[in-house]
Amino acid sequence: MLIGGLITFGLRFSLIYLFGRFEVPETMRRALHYVPPAVLSAIIVPELLIRDGSVSLSLENIRLLAGIIAIITAWVSRNTLLTILTGMAALLIIGWL
Amino acid sequence: MNESQKAFLDGVRAEIPLLIGVFPFGMIYGALALNAGLSVFASQMMSSIVFAGSAQFITAQLVQDSAPGFVIILTIAVVNLRHMLYSASLAPYLKHLSTKWKFLLSYLLTDEAYAPTALHYEEKGVTSNGHWFLLGAGISLWTIWQVSTALGIFLGARIPEELPLDFALPLTFIAMLVPILKKRPMIAAALSAGTTALLAYSLPFKLGLILAALVGIIVGTVLERRIFPKGML
Repeated sequence: MLIGGLITFGLRFSLIYLFGRFEVPETMRRALHYVPPAVLSAIIVPELLIRDGSVSLSLENIRLLAGIIAIITAWVSRNTLLTILTGMAALLIIGWL
Repeated sequence: MNESQKAFLDGVRAEIPLLIGVFPFGMIYGALALNAGLSVFASQMMSSIVFAGSAQFITAQLVQDSAPGFVIILTIAVVNLRHMLYSASLAPYLKHLSTKWKFLLSYLLTDEAYAPTALHYEEKGVTSNGHWFLLGAGISLWTIWQVSTALGIFLGARIPEELPLDFALPLTFIAMLVPILKKRPMIAAALSAGTTALLAYSLPFKLGLILAALVGIIVGTVLERRIFPKGML
């Protein structure tokens, strides 16, 4: 467990430390701007589309429907709290229907 | 209130929606770990020392399957490889800090602390007290993770089925992702990463997530080169 903790810490510390000591190449610096959108999307898409281990594009996938409603809300409002509340409400209401 | 305190509180505030989603996971983890045969102490210490949700879930599973120690350690390393990406991504903003600060912030660098912080840094650029934001986000997450783990250990995971609190997590990520999709390379990065994540879903140990992130990063960077060849961005 201690070793597991140390490894986790080491991975998190590695590049913060290295990049602090050496100049980061320009291409690398540009590429790093794409970490947030790429990671967020890679987390969100399977959350919405994978149900019970396989891709579900049907109307029965209520998380997908609620997710789409949340995406639209985020697009229009740009408001975090409103997006979460709307998405949550959508999930509960569609699930209840 | 000085600037550092303000940044700290901003970090806490940005983390709150994520905490709602994290809480049930902590409880489920606590209940599962105990069930898998970890002691009360070990279950809680995993949350304090390793402090990495998905790695903890997988460890509990491996302990239950009585996997050998080196397999567990190797698995933790692979599952948490993505944190190297986060580390690289935040490095330019934390460059000026002392090693002590870097130690502390690295320890707190989880998915849920990384996401709001990275977006905050993208917006504000390098600032002298930006590290307080990450500290605020990280400490509030750490605290909730310990409390929810403890509750899961002692109460079991008693979250009503009708209340899908875990959905707060992807919803928060949606609220973070959509507003940054302004320029075409960003949109392309997100779309290609999302598609790859779906295609690579069956890969074990979150390798699909790492692969998807790398594809998104490459697509975004290459497109940016095409559209803004002389560094107009």
